[in-house]
Amino acid sequence: MAQKELLKVNHLKQYFPIKGGFFGRTVNHVKAVDDVSFEIYEGETLSVVGESGCGKSTTGRAILRLDDPTEGTIEFDGEDLLSLSKREMRNRRKDIQVIFQDPYASLNPRQTVAKILTEAMEIQNVVPKNKRRERAIELLETVGLNAEQIDRYPHEFSGGQRQRVGIARALAVEPKLIVCDEAVSALDVSVQAQVLNLLKKLQREFNLTFLFIAHDLGVVRHISDRVAVMYLGKVVEIADKKSLFENPQHPYTKALLSAIPTPDPENKKERIVLKGDVPSPIDPPTGCRFHTRCPFATDLCKQDIPELRNLDHMEEGHRAACHHIEKIVSGDMKPNY
Amino acid sequence: MSEEIILDIKDLRTSFFTEDVEVKAVDGVSFKLPKGKTIGIVGESGSGKSITALSILRLLEHPGKIVGGEINFKDKDLTKASDREIRDIRGNEISMIFQEPMTSLNPVYTVGQQIRETLKVHQGLGKEQGTKKGVELLELVGIPSPKKRITQYPHELSGGMRQRVMIAMALACNPELLIADEPTTALDVTIQAQILEIINDLQDRFDMSVIMITHDMGVVAETCDYVAVMYGGKVVEYADVKTIFKEPKHPYTVGLLNSIPRHDVDVDELEPIRGNVPSPNDMPKGCRFAPRCPFATDLCYEELPSLDKVSDDNQVRCWIYSERWDGDPEVKVNGPERTS
Ligand SMILES: Nc1ncnc2c1ncn2[C@@H]1O[C@H](COP(=O)(O)OP(=O)(O)OP(=O)(O)O)[C@@H](O)[C@H]1O
Ligand SMILES: Nc1ncnc2c1ncn2[C@@H]1O[C@H](COP(=O)(O)OP(=O)(O)OP(=O)(O)O)[C@@H](O)[C@H]1O
Ligand code: SF4
Ligand code: SF4
Ligand SMILES: [Mg+2]
Ligand SMILES: [Mg+2]
Repeated sequence: MAQKELLKVNHLKQYFPIKGGFFGRTVNHVKAVDDVSFEIYEGETLSVVGESGCGKSTTGRAILRLDDPTEGTIEFDGEDLLSLSKREMRNRRKDIQVIFQDPYASLNPRQTVAKILTEAMEIQNVVPKNKRRERAIELLETVGLNAEQIDRYPHEFSGGQRQRVGIARALAVEPKLIVCDEAVSALDVSVQAQVLNLLKKLQREFNLTFLFIAHDLGVVRHISDRVAVMYLGKVVEIADKKSLFENPQHPYTKALLSAIPTPDPENKKERIVLKGDVPSPIDPPTGCRFHTRCPFATDLCKQDIPELRNLDHMEEGHRAACHHIEKIVSGDMKPNY
Repeated sequence: MSEEIILDIKDLRTSFFTEDVEVKAVDGVSFKLPKGKTIGIVGESGSGKSITALSILRLLEHPGKIVGGEINFKDKDLTKASDREIRDIRGNEISMIFQEPMTSLNPVYTVGQQIRETLKVHQGLGKEQGTKKGVELLELVGIPSPKKRITQYPHELSGGMRQRVMIAMALACNPELLIADEPTTALDVTIQAQILEIINDLQDRFDMSVIMITHDMGVVAETCDYVAVMYGGKVVEYADVKTIFKEPKHPYTVGLLNSIPRHDVDVDELEPIRGNVPSPNDMPKGCRFAPRCPFATDLCYEELPSLDKVSDDNQVRCWIYSERWDGDPEVKVNGPERTS
């Protein structure tokens, strides 16, 4: 793989203020994303996984500059997006597109597909006016819809077809990076498989780069090159897909993988059932944020925040943020369920 | 089967009557559930899973109506039971956990008030006894500090805890049959694992029978004994869980299994089912799956196949397994081996 870094996120923080009291003063913060760094190489798919509320969408929104991050930098093609003015950013938006979970909510119900697609081209001014309809038809065919469907409205499509319209709209401006936020989560598996295959095909054809946000680890294994696992606003492990699924190092990643039900009744595996719920990001646990549920937690874990690190027994580029990786691997530390 | 059958549904039909069209949401569903066992009902969105469940408890909303068939629960046909009889059965002998935990708990009452109300209606327990039993129930489903939680409102609990409260309420009267409609769909996998463990454990302890409605074949593999696969308002395949995964016979079941991306196996390309689910007011007249089926013949488009026994373990609704099959006699429905 050509290892050109297309996107580089450095120490990204996104704190949302919580207002309270009589004067609507900020009484606290939701630390939705708290010091997150990663990079995405051109032409690859990096997936971000983790449980509800861990900060996946917030990370995606920061890259799209839908929110203004509290701290950190986001370099796209060598340029810091966060230092751009609103206007400069609008021009950049051509290169960075998004596909959301709910295709219905993200498409204007009063616009035909033709209008939806040509409007996207118009805003970014990527195709001359008299060529736009032609291009829209081409796009529909690219995503597996028919030219005849171009004058229909979103409600006349099924969920999977609407998601294809959403993909066509993202492609309309010839982006380099597409943020897919739960792009296939609402679809039935048989239709989801169609859309996943389509995304893979488009990636090959147009050398697209994907930031793929999802909670379904089956989908993630299928689509990704690399995977980042988040827990409560932090990346706890990042690795090549194969390395992550077959050789997870962080206790949370292990629990997460073991909790997925496998469609194979004759091969029931040992499950690690975690205690308790995901704590609140308003008042996250000190030290390692996983310590309240981790079967290996020690006093050190309650005090010091572990850094992402790569050890000798791990593949290159595989990093995990846990104080006790060595002792867990060697078997010197036993889980305490 | 020599086991005691607790639920025997025969040719159930439920329709919605809107603007002089009849939407056949459930269109001839049959299956049997042995006591103490779990049956999974799977199928795509809109295939009639929830309406089947709601029909059993006769909880259909207005233009919906059972228009035919039998629902034999123990020795009673629920389609013919009086409203009073159904009310007695609901929450006592049969309980249900709904798809959306937030909408089925009342936001203006505390958890305790809601549990006490259930216990009062069904078991005539007073306030003090109700609270005591309520705390026990919350403990049973693994809610930490139940004495505190019982005084809180639903919005003060996490999604996983709300779902556990729902389970606690459903179990309040030791039901013989629990219907769980997507009980974990809204939850994260680590929380889902906790909930499934609780249901399994309670089932063992109380010899409860369970109908598990889900679209997740992983959940089916881990919790069910039998599986009914639904498509377009009909059961297209019924088998024990091992047979469904090992030797699926219906082309839809095979397609479904081949479209699942797995976290434990690498596949280069998924094999999706082409096309989309037909809408219920626009059902093909023959086999409902014909427009998407790679094996469909003229016969399939013309006539609806019946749900027939094809082996000791399996019932299938597909012409391929009948004497009238007019396509390739050597047809192989089962795709490539997908286990690691
Ligand atoms: N605008 C906002 N104001 C305050 N809090 C917010 C805001 N947006 C997100 N949050 C909080 O930030 C945290 C992270 O949210 P985020 O949407 O990124 O999670 P997620 O990982 O995408 O979860 P899900 O899987 O449920 O989509 C959550 O606790 C959420 O409630
Ligand atoms: N109130 C209603 N009026 C008209 N049609 C309805 C009504 N409720 C359900 N239906 C139709 O009945 C069919 C079966 O619905 P049902 O809710 O049983 O699907 P399901 O299999 O549970 O799907 P999901 O996986 O999305 O929950 C659907 O096509 C639906 O459109
Ligand atoms: S640092 Fe400690 S608490 Fe965190 S994952 Fe590692 S062992 Fe568990
Ligand atoms: S009956 Fe025909 S169309 Fe229906 S599933 Fe069987 S082969 Fe396919
Ligand atoms: Mg999100
Ligand atoms: Mg349903």
